[in-house]
Amino acid sequence: MTLAADAREAEIHLEHVSKWFGRGENDAEMLRAVDGLDISIARGEMVALLGKTGCGKSTTFNMICGLLAPSEGTVRVQGCDPFKNFNDLRGKIAVVFQNDRLLPWRTAIGNVELGLEMLDMPRPEGRKIAQSWLSRLGLEGHENDYPHALSGGMRQRVSIARAFATDASILLCDEPFSALDEITGQRLREEFANLVRENRKTAVFITHSINEALQIGDRVVVMTRPAKIAYDVRLGDGATSEQNAAIRARIQDVLAA
Amino acid sequence: MARSMRKRGAFPHTAMRAAEILAPFLLLAAVWQIASYNFPSYLFPSLIDVFVHTIAIFASWSLFAEVLATVGRILAGLVGAFLLGTAIATVMARFRGIDRFLAPILNFFQGIPALSWVVFAIIWFHGTEPRIFFIMTMTALPAFTFQVLDALRGMSNDLVEMVMSFRPTRGKMFRVMILPAILPDILTAWKVNLGNASRVVVVAELVGATGGVGYELLQQQQIFDMAGALAWTLQLVFFVLIMQKIIALIEAYAFRYRAISERSL
Repeated sequence: MTLAADAREAEIHLEHVSKWFGRGENDAEMLRAVDGLDISIARGEMVALLGKTGCGKSTTFNMICGLLAPSEGTVRVQGCDPFKNFNDLRGKIAVVFQNDRLLPWRTAIGNVELGLEMLDMPRPEGRKIAQSWLSRLGLEGHENDYPHALSGGMRQRVSIARAFATDASILLCDEPFSALDEITGQRLREEFANLVRENRKTAVFITHSINEALQIGDRVVVMTRPAKIAYDVRLGDGATSEQNAAIRARIQDVLAA
Repeated sequence: MARSMRKRGAFPHTAMRAAEILAPFLLLAAVWQIASYNFPSYLFPSLIDVFVHTIAIFASWSLFAEVLATVGRILAGLVGAFLLGTAIATVMARFRGIDRFLAPILNFFQGIPALSWVVFAIIWFHGTEPRIFFIMTMTALPAFTFQVLDALRGMSNDLVEMVMSFRPTRGKMFRVMILPAILPDILTAWKVNLGNASRVVVVAELVGATGGVGYELLQQQQIFDMAGALAWTLQLVFFVLIMQKIIALIEAYAFRYRAISERSL
């Protein structure tokens, strides 16, 4: 399939995307975070973007989200430029960040309602939806707690509820479980993957953990510095343990290179 | 049982707290009263005289109207400075070039003494109210501008990005993110500027007004009535204390989300 065809059919499409930081006149003064990145993500796909710290994953994430403009190339989300046509994607993208980023002056339910307020949803309806997502994520009884009164795991659940409440078709997740302890992280990861599949979302999941990428992704894209794709693999449901072990070994080799 | 124990435990704590607050004032009053027995009344009048003068101001509408005039001038000047300062700070936060251009001017203004603004106002303006409004606004403007600017710049970038990811309109961004984030600094700015403004307004009224607490203080000075001077001064102190209490109540409500640590700083 050509890149143009990909762009038409893909939910998220990046073509020859580069991003550099700095104001210098020459290349030596620029920090090149992403360099000629091409990637297409189809509707309903759950892609794990895997790479070492500092490889440009978060910059890529911010460009897809529309918070950063690419220095070169094109980024398209549902056919729109997420930076230039920022408001056109309102309600279509939801984000789960590395840390929970809850507004400290809002209660748990107030935080979940945030995205719904942006969509001008009537307050009673928004409250009902926020309440149901909090219940679904095991936070019944904590609706009126402020973030400081919640544990790290509970706060991250609130941020997941906040992302799902808007019913956006695209979910962007930037290492959302990396700050949690292993058991809580594992449990939330499973819940999260089930929710994404049940709700048929397109999800981009950034991680630096091979285990997490293999557990969550239908497809794992390994990035090397500066944010170039070094390995792109689809994980089949019926893969044998030998096949999975081979994929893991290949990923380890790519990351070690 | 448990409730009565809690009540018994709470009372001494409240009483202790009240005693801690009152003790310095009682000591000051006692020292003043002792001085009043040993010095002429135009230097240290009896506290009873001060009290009688204070009540007389409260009881007479024409005198209390002078206090209200001063309060109105303080609030008008502060509101003017706050609105103008917020507008300037917003533009400075948004555009780096304007920030670089305006910051030195505001720093220059900060170095101008309040009394100089009084002189400028008398030369430039006719009428008491425009003069005092100008003085109050110009003296409070740099502080409000810098405080609001710092508050805008101090907002958590993580939280701003998170709210931006929902693609809010400008109005919603202001309501859900900017206002709650900068409110603590705005209230602190009001607390600080309120005290400053109550001092500046007296100077402005002393020189350029025919009414208000400053003007009345000038009258007391001309007849050497120390009790009257203290009584008029206390009116401004009461006003500042009432305003501080109102701000404290707003803070208690608006910042109820804050965690309370059992171990204080």
